[in-house]
Formats: sequence, C-alpha cells, structure tokens
Amino acid sequence: MDEKKKTETGFGSDALKDPRRIVFITKKTSAKVKGDVGRQAMSYPKLILREAIVLEILTILMVVVALFWDAPLEQLANPLLTPNPAKAPWYFLGLQELLHYFPPIVAGVLIPGLVIVALIVIPYFHVNVEGAPLWANSSLRRLGMFSVVVVVLLIFFGIYQAWTIFIPTLVMAGVAGTTYFLPGQGGRFGTYLRARPLSWWIMTWFIIVAIILTEIGTHFRGPGWSWVWPWR
Amino acid sequence: MTSWENTIERLRRTPVWQSLFRRGPARTNRTRSVAVFGNIFLHLLPVKVRDASLRVRATYYLGSITFFLFVILTVTGVLLMLYYHPAVPEAYQDMKDLRFVVSSGVFLRNLHRLAAQAMVVFVFWHMFHVFYRGGYKPPRQFNWVVGVGLLLLTLFLSYTGYLLPWDQLAFWAITVGTNIISYVPILGQPMRFLLLGGHGIGENALLRFYVLHIVILPLFAIILIAVHFWRVQKDGGITLREEHGRKEKD
Repeated sequence: MDEKKKTETGFGSDALKDPRRIVFITKKTSAKVKGDVGRQAMSYPKLILREAIVLEILTILMVVVALFWDAPLEQLANPLLTPNPAKAPWYFLGLQELLHYFPPIVAGVLIPGLVIVALIVIPYFHVNVEGAPLWANSSLRRLGMFSVVVVVLLIFFGIYQAWTIFIPTLVMAGVAGTTYFLPGQGGRFGTYLRARPLSWWIMTWFIIVAIILTEIGTHFRGPGWSWVWPWR
Repeated sequence: MTSWENTIERLRRTPVWQSLFRRGPARTNRTRSVAVFGNIFLHLLPVKVRDASLRVRATYYLGSITFFLFVILTVTGVLLMLYYHPAVPEAYQDMKDLRFVVSSGVFLRNLHRLAAQAMVVFVFWHMFHVFYRGGYKPPRQFNWVVGVGLLLLTLFLSYTGYLLPWDQLAFWAITVGTNIISYVPILGQPMRFLLLGGHGIGENALLRFYVLHIVILPLFAIILIAVHFWRVQKDGGITLREEHGRKEKD
C-alpha cells in the first residue's frame, strides 16, 4: 500500500504522532480469537525434558527387542533361483496385492500415483474446512452423489474380482449410508459417526483397505500368489 | 549448596564453559528462551509451547519418535558402514561377518533393521494422526506437503536399504519392486535403467542403492526434517484437537 492510500483514511502511519488503532470487525472474523493461545510453558526445560525421556524409553525398547529378535538373512542372492512367491517389503505388499487384481498400469502406476497426488493436494481443496458432518444438511442430492460414486467403485472392483477391496468398501459405504437413514440411533458410537466429515470417511476407508491388503499380502498369499491360510 | 551444585557452579565460571554457552544458568524465562534460540539445533523448536500441546494425547510423540528412530538409524547405519562393501558377493559375506566375526555385529544389524521397520510404521501413524486432527488445514498446508515428501523419502530409504544384504530376500523383493517401475508408460524402462544402472539387478544396482541409501536420500531427509520442524513452529505450533471444527466433549 502506498503512502497516499494510507493517509486517505485520515490517520498518519507514524505511530508516535498518531497513536490510534482502527479495528474493523467483519461478520465472520473476530479480532480476539487469534491472540488467545491459552496458557504457555517454556520449551526449555518442559518440552526438551519430555522429548529426552521419549528418546530414552524408545532407545531402551529398541535395544531390548534387538537383543532377542534377529534380522532375517537368507541364502546368497541367486538370479536363477526364483522363490515362490517373491514378495516385496511388507509396506509394498498392498501394492503387490493390487497387482494381482488389476492390470500393471492401473495397480502399479495409476493407483499409487493417485494416492500420492491426493495426499499432496488434500490441504489445497478448501472444501469443508470447518469439518461439517457428511450428512450435515441431510440433502438427498448429496446422498445421490455418494451412492453413484460408491456404485461405480464397487462395479470397478467387481469387474476385476477384487473382493478383498470390494467387501471393505461395501461395509464402509453401508455404515456411512446407515448413519443417513437412522438419525439419532446407535448410541454414542452412532453420534460419533454422524459427526464425521466426508474427508474422515475417505481416509478411514483408505486406511482400512490398505491394512487389509497389506495383511493379506503378508500372511495369506502363497505359491503363485494363491490364497493360503497362515495357520495351515 | 551440595558439593555437586558447587562443582557445577565453579564449572560455569570457567572460561571454557562460558565460551561454549553464552548465557548463565537457565533460571529465568529470558535465559530459558536464550537456551532455545541461542542453540542452532534447538532453535528449530519454539521458545514457548501451549500447555495443551504438552499433553501426551496431543501428539502421542509420534513425530518425535519417528525422528528419534531416524537418529538411531543414522548412528547404527554409520557403524554398519564400517563393515560393509557394496559389491557382489562381498556384501553378503559382510552379513555373515556381522553375525559370526564382528563383536555385537548381529545386535547392530538387528537394531538397524528393527528401527527401519518401526520408522515406516511410525511415519504412517504420525501422518494419519495429523490428518484426523486436521493438521493439514490452513495455515499448515505446506508442512503437510513436506510431510508427504518425508513419507516417500522414508519408504525409499527403507526400500534401498532392503537390497544391501544381497541375500535371496533382498534380491527378489527389489526385483518385484523395480518391475513395477517398468509399467510406467514411455518413461518406465529408462527410469528402471537409471535406478539399476543396467537392465537387471547386479553390482551396479547394489552400488546405486548403496549411494542412494547412505548419502542422497538421508541428505534430503535431513533437509526436509529441518524444514518440517521449523514450519511447525512458524505455522503456530502443533494442531490441537480443539482447533478445528467442533469441540469434542469426551
């Protein structure tokens, strides 16, 4: 802002000459909220001490476990001897499980790429910053859109017979839908679920599917990526 | 005054101590502030924190634990480097030496492997926790993106380390993983070639994974960690439960 514009309001910018403050309070903002941070403590020693304790406990736990658990080591690498099944590290087994269902371009490139892009753009979608519940206005239009997306997803998973994704998706969508049709029921858990925003439902669905896929890839897949029971 | 306090007091008056710490004992809020912003490492942290953010339930220390695991991994990793040759088949021989020749070699490798697995778990846990607290919302958008970068770096660090023992487990896990890269349209094959230094997983791939694992990725991780901590402070501290949306009464 240039000097001319400042003086147009009738007050100089020199605080000593003109020690006045003007506050405009518009409808949705309050001047007070930002300044009010509650009680504060000094980082040194309060925070530093707690962090040090966490470091010590963590180190002790890690050392104790490392004394009793042995890191795996197999035979020397042999490019001519393929183990069956060949498994990726556990955190990529969800991805490997996807490869079992979908074409490589979808499972190996499209889905992980979309997940990463989605994670990066989450904060830049200013949709629902206040975290309004999914069925806040109990609008039929929203329920319709929700149903269409769910049905499209279910058809997609169904075509590729990806039942381990199909079932958790169906269950999650069922629970979310139920909270629409049964307002005021289900006790505290029902009240909790009805207060969740759409972002909560999507993230929780993603986490549940990711955990299920990783677990299946780790313990339920045998030779030729066939289904095995871990206790057999 | 006990003799212990006397000793400390005398130590504080020595020229060496005073050259190291350019402040008196941290007994006033002013000197406590100086203790934080006068220290190159601690100054990434805020001088003051809200009481509410000190509660265990505010963070469960998930971010701190992830960082401390990174510290443990750095220490054990440097020690492991003393016994490791990124060559075929010496790399595998070094694993055997760690088990049978080097004193505490098994323990060192166990600790490194364990902390690596734990770091992957905690970095995910931390991210989900921050998401549910609404920590990605303004004004913290950028720090969320930095966090996603750190998540990817953690996965790549863990993945590049996976090949280094050069056993069957390592070789085939990396084979499965790098095959996925080749499915990327057009760029897939060149990217895989660049990563492996050849068409298959061999000595070149081992060397590249080694350099990525011990230099390139940790360097980026350290820079991003510093930015991440710094931005927590600059964006107004950690996200408290009450900050976004409704206040929960539980």
